[in-house]
Amino acid sequence: MNANDNLIRLSNGQVLSKETIDGDIATINFGPTHPATHGIFQNILTVDGEKILNSVQTVGYIHRAFEKLAERRPYNQITPITDRLNYCSSPINNLGWHMTVEKLLQVKVPKRVDYMRVIIMELARIADHLICDSIIGVDTGALTSFFYPFSEREKIYELYEEMCGARLTTNMGRIGGFDKDFNPVFHAKLKEFIRTFPAAFEEWNGMLERNRIFMDRTRGAGPISAERALAYGFTGPNLRAAGVDYDVRVMHPYSSYEDFDFIIPVGVNGDTYDRFMVRQEEIRQSLRIIEQAYNNLPEGPFHAEVPEFFLPDKKDVYNNMEALIYHFKIIMGESEVPVGEVYHSVEGGNGELGYYLISDGGRSPYRLQFRRPCFIYYQAYPEMITGSNISDAVITLSSINVIAGELDA
Amino acid sequence: MTNSALAEALNSLLGERIVTSEELYDTLVVEVSSADAFSVIETLKLDPKLSFNFLTLIGGVHYPENPGRELCVVYHLHSWKNAIRLRIKAYLPAENPSIQSLTSLYETANWMERETFDFFGIKFENHPNLTRILNMDDMDYHPMLKEHPLEDGTREDKDDRFFGR
Repeated sequence: MNANDNLIRLSNGQVLSKETIDGDIATINFGPTHPATHGIFQNILTVDGEKILNSVQTVGYIHRAFEKLAERRPYNQITPITDRLNYCSSPINNLGWHMTVEKLLQVKVPKRVDYMRVIIMELARIADHLICDSIIGVDTGALTSFFYPFSEREKIYELYEEMCGARLTTNMGRIGGFDKDFNPVFHAKLKEFIRTFPAAFEEWNGMLERNRIFMDRTRGAGPISAERALAYGFTGPNLRAAGVDYDVRVMHPYSSYEDFDFIIPVGVNGDTYDRFMVRQEEIRQSLRIIEQAYNNLPEGPFHAEVPEFFLPDKKDVYNNMEALIYHFKIIMGESEVPVGEVYHSVEGGNGELGYYLISDGGRSPYRLQFRRPCFIYYQAYPEMITGSNISDAVITLSSINVIAGELDA
Repeated sequence: MTNSALAEALNSLLGERIVTSEELYDTLVVEVSSADAFSVIETLKLDPKLSFNFLTLIGGVHYPENPGRELCVVYHLHSWKNAIRLRIKAYLPAENPSIQSLTSLYETANWMERETFDFFGIKFENHPNLTRILNMDDMDYHPMLKEHPLEDGTREDKDDRFFGR
């Protein structure tokens, strides 16, 4: 509280005149199981009427000790753990993990694998952003705009199914590449997706982008400046919405991203509307990348020659001594791994998703740490909502796309 | 900027404060003493040429076999100006491990340090709110330390010898 009797200074530096405060202060729980939090996290809000004066966060409700679990599992069994970080874009987590192990093993994957990965990862990014943006619609009262993109997301999930049989927790790919090439159904569905998605996307986008109600609700809600966003370690679309063009795909290209032509959209105000707009543009850019990757898909094998990690064909396991040995070694987690430590990061749905892996040559990592972008930027949330209304806190939470799985590991 | 250019710049900037320096895979890894860690990172952040403006990650590692150096705090720094990463390590003894907090340099260190404290018991001095973050408050141990096994040791249905562990 400020010494000046007529002013109240909030924890984020915002100053309010006492006349705007009723003085009827209450403490309410926003979460952990509030339907508007879209996940299990608690915010204890001190409110004066609708105005938030203070917020205290509690996280860790779905902590599943992934980093500890990883110290007991062979490398190929860690992929399913990564599924459960940001489960809106699991393939990015899976493939990022495979790339980390490949970096440790110093395996060079064929160009075709790079391009296949880019296609899958950009599809995952589209699915991730579709969910995030449509949920901002729900929280501003537009339920239709939530249902529309689900038919498009469904098409992406069908593409996942063709690749790995699963939809949400995909466990996709192998260390060294993919377990199989794109099949004819995948090709047909992907071509159809590339053909029909832009029109469907623009139709949905038209419901929100220039919608008067949507704009009035989201512009100016939960803003954060570029300086503050950087101080808080923001990455990904939330940082770009504040006007900083940092993207791992460009600064440290992995998986041949340097081959593709795409734009990094940036916002100006860092508010909910900018975050929405940045994600919408990223969806368009992701589709551009998919088109380029698919049209220039190189011929060649769909995995690298890493027999120590790449599960052989069942046919070979039954007929070939060497394949049987490798099969056994992989299943029992006996593959040999060099001693070393690597950090690899990919541009996940929410920002820089990093893997810090220390290997002592044993069957499992000595230490594996995930850089989970949600966890790092969620600490800015109280600052973003203090002084605003509860309804703004709801849309701010959905627009920064905090995924409980990634937050709590 | 290449790692060798960075190593040279670090040598002239930090001099004796570098304990060891090596290139592991694509990243330069520098070890500093735990007392120097804060001042080294402050120097790297403020240096106009290097300008390590972004703190990517803080984490702990436990090496129970290293007497006097059981715990390691690993800082991942990133200079966007030069598009280069740097890893800084500081080792701490198991007895009362404590190191200066980076929260005054990078606010994002707040939760990263709370997480490291939660899982490894490393104390960060001058941290504004050093409490557990992902585990419950009344937990009385730090679960990522190697002495806490992941599986229940009393189980008899699983024999680790058969799984190469």
